[in-house]
Amino acid sequence: MTITVYFFGSLVDITGQSKKDLNSFSDTDALNLMLQNEYPALIATKYFIAVNQQMIKANHELNNGDIVALMPPFSGG
Amino acid sequence: MKDRDRYQRQMILPGFGLATQEKLLAAKVLIVGMGGLGCPALQYLVGAGVGYIGIMDADKISLSNLHRQLLFTESEIGLLKVSQAAAKMRLLNTDVTIETYPFRIDQSNALAIISKYDLVIDATDNFPAKYLINDACSILKKPFVFGAVSRYEGQVSVFNLDKSNKGISYRDLFPEAPKQGEVPSCAEAGVIGVLPGIIGAMQAAESIKIITGIGTPLYGRLYHYNLLLGQGFEIEISANEKVFEMNETIFLENSYEENEDEMDIPEITVSEFIRMRALPEVYVLDVREWHEYPSIDFSDAQIPMSELQAKMHEIPEKEICIICHQGIRSVYAAQQISKKRNLKVYSVKGGLTAYFK
Repeated sequence: MTITVYFFGSLVDITGQSKKDLNSFSDTDALNLMLQNEYPALIATKYFIAVNQQMIKANHELNNGDIVALMPPFSGG
Repeated sequence: MKDRDRYQRQMILPGFGLATQEKLLAAKVLIVGMGGLGCPALQYLVGAGVGYIGIMDADKISLSNLHRQLLFTESEIGLLKVSQAAAKMRLLNTDVTIETYPFRIDQSNALAIISKYDLVIDATDNFPAKYLINDACSILKKPFVFGAVSRYEGQVSVFNLDKSNKGISYRDLFPEAPKQGEVPSCAEAGVIGVLPGIIGAMQAAESIKIITGIGTPLYGRLYHYNLLLGQGFEIEISANEKVFEMNETIFLENSYEENEDEMDIPEITVSEFIRMRALPEVYVLDVREWHEYPSIDFSDAQIPMSELQAKMHEIPEKEICIICHQGIRSVYAAQQISKKRNLKVYSVKGGLTAYFK
């Protein structure tokens, strides 16, 4: 089972990568917790999560091949 | 329309024609911010023949603007952006009326100004203004074309196009504005000049689509563009179940500029910190959350930022050196402490990242 996670904006600085392949996560809460343990600076950062390009508002089940995106707010102009 | 020839190239487009061109001439668009996003958006809307355009910005032209705000020249440095932009746009197209607002948008002027327009382009460069525009447009049910950039990446979306109360707004993406310290890469992160050009032009395109009804606006979708990868990424926005009830009373009482009156906190370098922490009157406070690494043995206490308000009284009557991961939250923590306690507080610049370098 492979889940691809995309990071955007400042999250790339925190994780050091724009894309990461992960194995076996049951849901987005578990995935997010693992990422926050690995990259603690994520905890203090605002972002929302999308699964297969649909923004999620609550925990969401993950399946093989799912694409998860972590998107922070931008304010520059 | 003084001369139809001007618009001939777009009027011959399938689905365009004279009726569509007349919609543009009858439209009123407000552009808030005459910077990297606002300049290209304005130029394309004036070129396209949008009849009435308001431009709002308090700033004057500076040299560091010119790599991305190509409407301005070196000889105009120090002059008001809106005046210079208006003068040039009047030369470009006399069909268009330009109204200038040489001041910042705020709670006292937003509703009155925005109500005069059909749609608003957010070309500002800060969260307080973006939330303020979003909320004012929610109250007035005005479509709002959002744009923002950071380094090599940009975001575009359209909000409030649905006139019902369930219309999608920026608060469906991020319900509350980030507090200072929550967005580590701030305005100083930099931006490549061409990027706001692309995003600002996309905002103009979305505006033209909304006014004329051609195509499908980016409503309910956040479009992300990565210039370095040459890639777009689109996310469908889910509306909040509990719709944020924005009304005029909440709007006028809300605090948008919470960071504005924050006091300056003295920042100390890592070497100054190492000297200071040896002094008996100095107290080292780590404001990282409990689960953050690495653990350190030179702090006198750890009070995570999330618990700071509740534990303010635990901080002793000493000189406080505050440290965090990157030196951003520590400034915010120092401001919070300064507000509540009469203590000397310092923030360690660059935080533990700089310390362990």
